[in-house]
Amino acid sequence: MDKLFDFELTARLLELDFVLMALAAAAVLGLVAGALGPLIVMRRMSFAVHGTAELAFTGAAAALLLGIGVSYGALAGAVIAALLLGLLGGRESERDSVIGVILSFGLGLGVLLLWFYDGRSSNKFGILVGQIVAIEQQDLELLVGSAIVVLIVLSMIYRPLLFATVDPAVAMARGVPVRWLSPLFAVLVGIATALGVQIVGALLVVALMVTPAAAAARVTASPWRATVLAVVFAEAAALGGIVLSLAPGAPVSFFVTAISFTIYLVCRVIAYVRGRQRALRDLSGSDSPRAAAPSAR
Amino acid sequence: MSTTGTDESGRTVTSGAVEIESAALAFGDRTLWSGLDLRIEPGEFVAVLGPNGSGKTTLLKVLLGLQALSAGTVRVAGTAPGKGNHRVGYVPQQRAMDQQLTLRGRDLVGLGLDGDRWGTGLRGMRVRRRKVAEAVDSVGATPYASSPVGLLSGGEQQRLRVAQALIGEPDLLLCDEPLASLDLTHQRTVTELIERRRRETGTAVLFVTHEINPVLPHVDRVLYLVGGRFRVGTPAEVMTSETLTELYGAPVEVVRVGGQIHVAGAQSALCEDTVHHHEHDHAEPV
Repeated sequence: MDKLFDFELTARLLELDFVLMALAAAAVLGLVAGALGPLIVMRRMSFAVHGTAELAFTGAAAALLLGIGVSYGALAGAVIAALLLGLLGGRESERDSVIGVILSFGLGLGVLLLWFYDGRSSNKFGILVGQIVAIEQQDLELLVGSAIVVLIVLSMIYRPLLFATVDPAVAMARGVPVRWLSPLFAVLVGIATALGVQIVGALLVVALMVTPAAAAARVTASPWRATVLAVVFAEAAALGGIVLSLAPGAPVSFFVTAISFTIYLVCRVIAYVRGRQRALRDLSGSDSPRAAAPSAR
Repeated sequence: MSTTGTDESGRTVTSGAVEIESAALAFGDRTLWSGLDLRIEPGEFVAVLGPNGSGKTTLLKVLLGLQALSAGTVRVAGTAPGKGNHRVGYVPQQRAMDQQLTLRGRDLVGLGLDGDRWGTGLRGMRVRRRKVAEAVDSVGATPYASSPVGLLSGGEQQRLRVAQALIGEPDLLLCDEPLASLDLTHQRTVTELIERRRRETGTAVLFVTHEINPVLPHVDRVLYLVGGRFRVGTPAEVMTSETLTELYGAPVEVVRVGGQIHVAGAQSALCEDTVHHHEHDHAEPV
C-alpha cells in the first residue's frame, strides 16, 4: 500500500513509452466522454451506456476469437448495440427493459466467445475491466480518429440535439428532426463507449461517460459550463487514475472509478451547501434571492 | 409580417398568416373535421375552442407541418407548413420540467433563436447574447434567467416560453393551451405579453384554449370545433346558446356575466374545463 505514494517510482514509470501511450489514450477518452456526458445524463441514457458497453465487450470477444483487433470488435459491437437500442427502444416506457434484454444476451454471448478463445487469459479479463497498458500505436490511431469524428459530428448537431433533449415538443415544432437525432446520438455514444472499453473496461465505462457529467450537473445549470466541467472531471479521473495506479501496479479501473466517485460526492456536497444557503437567504427575506445566486442550484 | 408576392397580372398580393382551404383530417374512418376554410390575417387573434378530442392540437400540428391533411390545402406565412418554421413561434402548455435539467432560463430562450440550426454557431455569440438578454428582459424574466428552469414556477416558465417563441420575430404565433395550470395573475401576464407582440408588430395569433375568458378582450374570431362540426366567427356570433347547442347537438346555455362568457351544458360530455394531456411523443392525434 505504501507503494501508492512512491513518487520516485511513479516518475520513473511515467517515462515509459507504453505509459505515455496509455495517458494519451486516456486524455482522448476523457475529452470525448466529458463532451458527451451532459447530454447522456439529460437524456437519461446511463443504463444505455452500460448496455452498449456490454455489447462492445461481446464485439471485442468476437474479435479476440477471430484474431482481428479488439478495438475494431469493440467498435462494431457498440455501434450495433446503439442502433439496436435506437430501433427497439423507441418508446420511453420500453427502453429500460429493451436495454436489459439486449445487455444480458450480449454478455452471455461474449462469455461463450471467450470460452472458445484459448489465448492468454489476461486478454479476456482485460476487456471486462480494462487493459490500458496494452494500448498500442494502432489502437491509439483508431482512438484518435474515432474521437475526432465524434467531436466534429457532435459540434455540428449540438444545438438541435440540446433542443431535442431538453425541450422535445418545441424542438419538433421548430422543425428539428427529433426522431433521427436520437439514433445518431446513440451511435456517437456507442463509438465513445467502445473507446472507453479499451481503457476502463466494459464494466466501468459509466465511470467516465456518466459520473463526471452527473457531478457537473450538480454544480451548474449552464449547458456550456457543465460540458467544460465534465471534460475536466473526466480528464482528472482518467489521467489521475492511470498515474496513481503506476507505482502499486494495481488495476487502473479502481483508481479511475474512485476519483470519479469522489468528484461526484464533492459536487453533491457543494450542491447541498448551496441549497441550504439559498434556503436560509429565502427565509431571511433578502430581496430577489435567485438573482443573487446566478446559476446556483 | 406577411409575405408579399406578385400574381399573374403583376399586382402585389399579400398572403395571410394562415390560409386553410377545404381542409379535412381523418384517422381511419374517424373524421376530426372536414371542409374547413380559415384565413388568418396578419395581426389577427383567433382562439380555437372545443372539447377534448375535437382536433384542436392536431390543427396546430398541421400548421407546424407535423401532420398532413387528408384533403385540402394549407399555407403558413405564404409557404407550405413546416418549410417556414422559423417564421412561426410556438408556445406549448406548461409542463413540469426535470429539476436536475442542466438548463437555465436564458438557455431555454436561446434555443428559440437558434436551437434548430446546425453547426457550432461560435460566430455571432455576442449578438446572440444581446438578443437573448433583450428577449428575456421583454418578458420581465431577467431576475431568474440564470436559474435552472426546473426550479422555476409554472408562471415563470411560461414567461420564458413566450420569450422563446418571440425571439425569432415570428409572423405567426401558435399557442397550445399556454395558460393551462397558471394562476389568474400569470394568465393575465402571459396573455398581455402575447397581445403586446400582436399589437406592436402585427404577428397573427392562433390560440388554442379550453377557456376563452382570459383572452376574450383580444379575440377577433373564434374557431369552435366539436366532434367533426365547427363554426368560425366573432365571439359574439359563435359564443351563443343557439350556435353551441347546434354544434354540440345537445342543449347548451351560454351565460354572460361581467364581461365573461360561461358555457353551461346539460351533458358532462362537454368537459370544457379539463385540459387535454399531451402524449409524450406527440405521435397520436389528441
